[in-house]
Amino acid sequence: MLYRENGQFKTSYRADQQIFPIRQDRILIGLLLAVAFVGVPMLASDYLLRAILIPFLILSLAAVGLNILVGYCGQISLGTGAFMAVGAYAAWNIGVRLPGMPLVLQIVLGGGFATLVGIVFGIPSLRIRGLYLAVATLAAQFFVDWAFLRIPFFTNYSPSGSVSVPPLYAFGLPVQTAMQKYLFVLAFVAVFALLAKNLVRGAIGRQWMAIRDMDVAAAVIGIRPMYAKLSAFAVSSFIVGVAGALWGYIHLGSWEPLAFDLTRSFQLLFMVIIGGLGSILGSFFGAAFIVLVPVALTNVPHLLGLRLSVDTAAHIEHMVFGALIVLFLIAEPHGLARLWSIGKEKLRIWPFPH
Amino acid sequence: MGFFLETLFGGLMSGMLYALIGLGFVLIFKASGVFNFAQGAMVLVAALSMARFSEWIPRWLGFENLLVANVLAFIVSAALMFLLAVAVERYVLRHLVNQEATTLLMATLGISYFLDGLGQIAFGSSVYSIDVGMPKDPALILDTVFEGGLLINLEDLTAALVAALLVAALAAFFQYTSTGRALRAVADDHQAAQSIGIPLNRIWVIVWSVAGLVALVAGIVWGSKFGVQFTLSTAALRALPVVILGGLTSVPGAILGGLIIGVGEKLSEVYLGSLVGGGIEIWFAYVLALVFLLFRPQGLFGEKIIDRI
Repeated sequence: MLYRENGQFKTSYRADQQIFPIRQDRILIGLLLAVAFVGVPMLASDYLLRAILIPFLILSLAAVGLNILVGYCGQISLGTGAFMAVGAYAAWNIGVRLPGMPLVLQIVLGGGFATLVGIVFGIPSLRIRGLYLAVATLAAQFFVDWAFLRIPFFTNYSPSGSVSVPPLYAFGLPVQTAMQKYLFVLAFVAVFALLAKNLVRGAIGRQWMAIRDMDVAAAVIGIRPMYAKLSAFAVSSFIVGVAGALWGYIHLGSWEPLAFDLTRSFQLLFMVIIGGLGSILGSFFGAAFIVLVPVALTNVPHLLGLRLSVDTAAHIEHMVFGALIVLFLIAEPHGLARLWSIGKEKLRIWPFPH
Repeated sequence: MGFFLETLFGGLMSGMLYALIGLGFVLIFKASGVFNFAQGAMVLVAALSMARFSEWIPRWLGFENLLVANVLAFIVSAALMFLLAVAVERYVLRHLVNQEATTLLMATLGISYFLDGLGQIAFGSSVYSIDVGMPKDPALILDTVFEGGLLINLEDLTAALVAALLVAALAAFFQYTSTGRALRAVADDHQAAQSIGIPLNRIWVIVWSVAGLVALVAGIVWGSKFGVQFTLSTAALRALPVVILGGLTSVPGAILGGLIIGVGEKLSEVYLGSLVGGGIEIWFAYVLALVFLLFRPQGLFGEKIIDRI
């Protein structure tokens, strides 16, 4: 009842192919954006912005990037953290070595460097797949971790090996309080999510999906596997690199290579699996889930009067994540995004049985 | 010369340790086509349980005999690994039959996280020690051949011996028992094996138990050398290139791959590391495996994959 598309006739191809063909979706997205851009900054507390919303947004962006590679193109990657690190360090180096470079450009260029590294480590995907590719991307992870730890050039010879960011300005406006940071990140995420959504429903996205579903068949119908795979690696690592730059610049402020280690890569992969492989919306669900579960695990036992040590909470978090991964792979391989679309189907006829 | 040989031996010994973990990977992959990311977590859980039970059992039963305590702890830990195998088969693998390899890979990643958490909740998360009476003192050999001789760690030598024994036993098991034949049949083709009456579920339980046993042995050897702690679980990641290099379906490949990686790591660290700032053993193995993959995707001894990409 609430979600019926009856009466919404499409009279042109343009209308038929628009990004949200159903009116209710358009209203919902509009409302969501309004709440995100106007409502949240007015109401949310500093803690909520800093500890939950900003990490959530940046990690969703990274998950969108990873989802393009894993969910749409079917190339498994365990090196996402490495590409984030490349984005963050490249942006930082550009900022340090070329003073006066605008912040937005720094971040985008950071993504550009991540793209280059992504393509290099994507080359093995032309020869190998599946598990072996996972190993190749793990190689990227370990190599990049090492490079930022041991090659002093990348940290501008900082003695401690950690780097920190000066006060930030974008377009002449300060990006320093939690609310300013939130809006800055939100703008990035909104633009890139739209970009990703359009890419995956365009020609290139269809090529990726064809490669994912059956690469030989895709090659037979004239899709060049090399072009499709490498473009997936390039787009994915660009978005991930931008997310990495945001993570370093906006969320952390100062960081060391440990911020982008293998745990981060696994965490992002979990987001993509739980959220839904091959769904942009799912990336946001997955990120929200993974950001909120630890918060819930620290707060809920507290409310119930149980006292858990930090250690135990961390272990329980591990267990919950592990169990959920297995559960989702078994029960709902398409993740939360699939549950969402099932819910929408139900809403079409609700509250009537037929 | 002496220094080079010492480095070489050191590499061979640590290679043996990698091979021990790599064996677990190979076993499960051979028999079920699943790449078991959780092998590292299994090593961790096995080692933790061994360390803790060998400490708890004497306290509960009130005796003080290291040997008896260790034997009892080993039995309890082995039983635990068996239960784990049953649980994994019952609750995970059974529901994921006929899924893609990457799905199974991600499922084992989930199992690995679960086990990491569970093991540390159940057994605690500090550093524990395992004392199974492995010789600790280094020994000097070949001091008659050239000056200074060679310093060999007897502990490493024992570990290498254990690994060699384990491999021989496993090879015999795979080659000469009917269960071993069934395992190989399942590895070749699930459906065909099932259609001639091989119970798939039981085979999986067996192979995960065997892998758990291997993990236990690896955990004991690693644990008594470096202590039992969370980092043990990442040791499996270090052993991953080993099986890639040696071939995922080959037991001897795991051993040889382990030796190559072990030696390569140590030699590269000693002779190349100083040029680029050190610490290269972290990624050396991976890059080696990666380069190798490009030219020979099936590894040294793996079955040839005929697959167009």
